[in-house]
Amino acid sequence: MNALLLRDLKLAIRAGGGFGLALAFFLIVVTLVPFGVGPDTALLSRIAPGILWLGALLACLLSLDRIFALDREDGSLDLLATAPIPLEGVVAVKALAHWLTTGLPLTLAAPGFGLLLNLAPGAYLWLTLGLALGTPALSVIGAFGAALTVGLKRGGLLLSLLVLPLYMPTLIFGAEATRRGAEGIAASTPLALLAAISLFAVALLPFAAAAALRVNLR
Amino acid sequence: MSLWEYANPRKFMATTAPLVPVVSILAGLCLAAGLVWGFFFTPDDFRQGSTVKIIYLHVPAAMMAINAWAMMLVASLIWLVRRHHVSALAAKAAAPVGMTFTMIALATGALWGQPMWGSWWEWDPRLTAFLVLFLFYLGYQALWAAIEDPDSAADLTSVLCLVGSVFAVISRYALLFWNQGLHQGASLSMDAEENVSDVFWLPLVVSIAGFVLLFVALVLYRTRTEIRARRLQALEARERMA
Repeated sequence: MNALLLRDLKLAIRAGGGFGLALAFFLIVVTLVPFGVGPDTALLSRIAPGILWLGALLACLLSLDRIFALDREDGSLDLLATAPIPLEGVVAVKALAHWLTTGLPLTLAAPGFGLLLNLAPGAYLWLTLGLALGTPALSVIGAFGAALTVGLKRGGLLLSLLVLPLYMPTLIFGAEATRRGAEGIAASTPLALLAAISLFAVALLPFAAAAALRVNLR
Repeated sequence: MSLWEYANPRKFMATTAPLVPVVSILAGLCLAAGLVWGFFFTPDDFRQGSTVKIIYLHVPAAMMAINAWAMMLVASLIWLVRRHHVSALAAKAAAPVGMTFTMIALATGALWGQPMWGSWWEWDPRLTAFLVLFLFYLGYQALWAAIEDPDSAADLTSVLCLVGSVFAVISRYALLFWNQGLHQGASLSMDAEENVSDVFWLPLVVSIAGFVLLFVALVLYRTRTEIRARRLQALEARERMA
């Protein structure tokens, strides 16, 4: 499993792996928002928590279809399915690799992008904490969606239709935590719920994703 | 004699063939009775005026939109556990019907909301939950349409239905956390202290019965069509082989 994690990380980081694309996409979303709503800093500061979370979520979505599609194309997914490690473990490791290459960089970069949107000073801690707690859920839910659509020729668009409604609770609690932080109210309740969703998704969804993969590899 | 005998497509077809017209006619009668009674023979509400009459479409459609998803969930579970094809096809057949009920509930709600709340749409937890339910129906049907192999499609959509159900429930409660409600609470419960008046309640019950029967009729009809389509595919495949 360690070997698989290292392999996935190497593949993602080296040229053509798409590492950094998510960050660049996040930056572009954050840059485009002021063009859409105007450069009014008061307005930007009010909508910043939502925009930052939405941007992180969309950036995460961008790289989801890579989780299994490339491995299926070159046949290594079949080898992984017949390997002595359980397929559920493969899914969990691949979701972890996806999180390390997108979720974690997004979490670390988000405070910097918050400066661009004039995020309230009190919100930075909660934004980072919230993203750190919430992005694992995004990766695991995404891995489930990717497993469902891995057999399809043009699964990318369908993947977003399937995955985005599943992202809704994560987005609600994450953006709410940041908003409460910006307003200076205690934000621990939404953060606890966010952590609950992440734990629940990490615990259960690898099984559903592995079931879907088995169907697709039949 | 066990319930699972109906999992045999031949037995299912033979049993439902006489049932479909009966259920359809009953559905039509109940709907006509409930709607005509509700629209023309009930008084106006003292505050909502005649807009209250949308209740006879809105409430049954909303109830059946959720119940249709629950039926798909049960059918998906049966398919995953016992591999009965009729069950998978029934889940597939129910999805467009449930989606249409969701649309009816959203549209009639908007029509009522405009004069009563002064807006077509509010980001109220109940309304938003229905919009999300609509998205789940869309995704479910899109996945059915995208996969060519019928058994894989049935498997994957069943898994999606299971996971989607869990997330739909989580979303429902997340939405309560997210925004205050404007939509009125339940007023039809049997055990509640204060309920909607019998004048409105009786035609509403007839209308709900009509919607339930309509759902059963449509799902039976569509399942039969799916089974026939499956048989045609098998015949064509056999002809190509010969």
